[in-house]
Amino acid sequence: MPENIVLTEATYYILLSLAEPRHGYGIMQRTEELSFGRVHLAAGTLYGALNSLCEKGWIRPLPGAEGSRKKEYELTEKGRGVLLDELMRLKELVNNGETVLKGEEK
Amino acid sequence: MSERKKIARWFWVWEFEKEELWLNSMALEGWTLDRVGFCKYEFIRTEGGAYTVRLEMREKDADYTAFIEETGAEYIGRVAQWAYYRKKTELGSFDLFSDLDSRIAHLDRIGKALTVVAAANIVIGLANSFNYVNIGWINLLVASLPAYCVGRIHSKKEVLERERAVRE
Repeated sequence: MPENIVLTEATYYILLSLAEPRHGYGIMQRTEELSFGRVHLAAGTLYGALNSLCEKGWIRPLPGAEGSRKKEYELTEKGRGVLLDELMRLKELVNNGETVLKGEEK
Repeated sequence: MSERKKIARWFWVWEFEKEELWLNSMALEGWTLDRVGFCKYEFIRTEGGAYTVRLEMREKDADYTAFIEETGAEYIGRVAQWAYYRKKTELGSFDLFSDLDSRIAHLDRIGKALTVVAAANIVIGLANSFNYVNIGWINLLVASLPAYCVGRIHSKKEVLERERAVRE
């Protein structure tokens, strides 16, 4: 049985943003765009999360231009798997919520 | 030459959020933080509300500073382990932390830094108590301040951790 991993909202959107390679600021912008401005990733929070996700092997930094500090990251296969598992979990949450709450309305 | 003013100031470590609020109220009045030094700030005259100012405890990390600057913010400077940044409000909102986990991690960093200071003084204090120079009590007295700060920071952390048990 695989471990039941629950992603934070920040992690979920970072991984989703990295379906295509992006640098830090690009991730912040993509997350805002995907969530229609609802989710804002602060720089310090994002920096810490990127390091943790690299350590976990869910994302990886792309080899950057010489002398450039501006790192680009991309999702790994492992990261994609984690996202797909999370999507299943979220669907379960939505289904259960709808079933129970709509049942009450009747 | 733009108008400048210096203010001498000190803040208790557990009141860093209040300090940030104060710096932002100065910015709203048109005094934007421009330089920092030990117990002193230097402000520059700007339009009111032109900047958002943030501060955090973090060890010097050039990669981190570059990352923050990439998001449109400027690094102002640091005093000990406190780093100050600002960002033009027209470039968008500016926060360093956007979830409970990173706020808790920040309090952890503060707590650890203070613990090192307290522990060092306790060790020196005890060592001095056991030799003939009987001045160990001074270090033990000095240790009590950071130890008190650790307590204050720890209770802030507990509040966030209780919150974290039910939400992000």
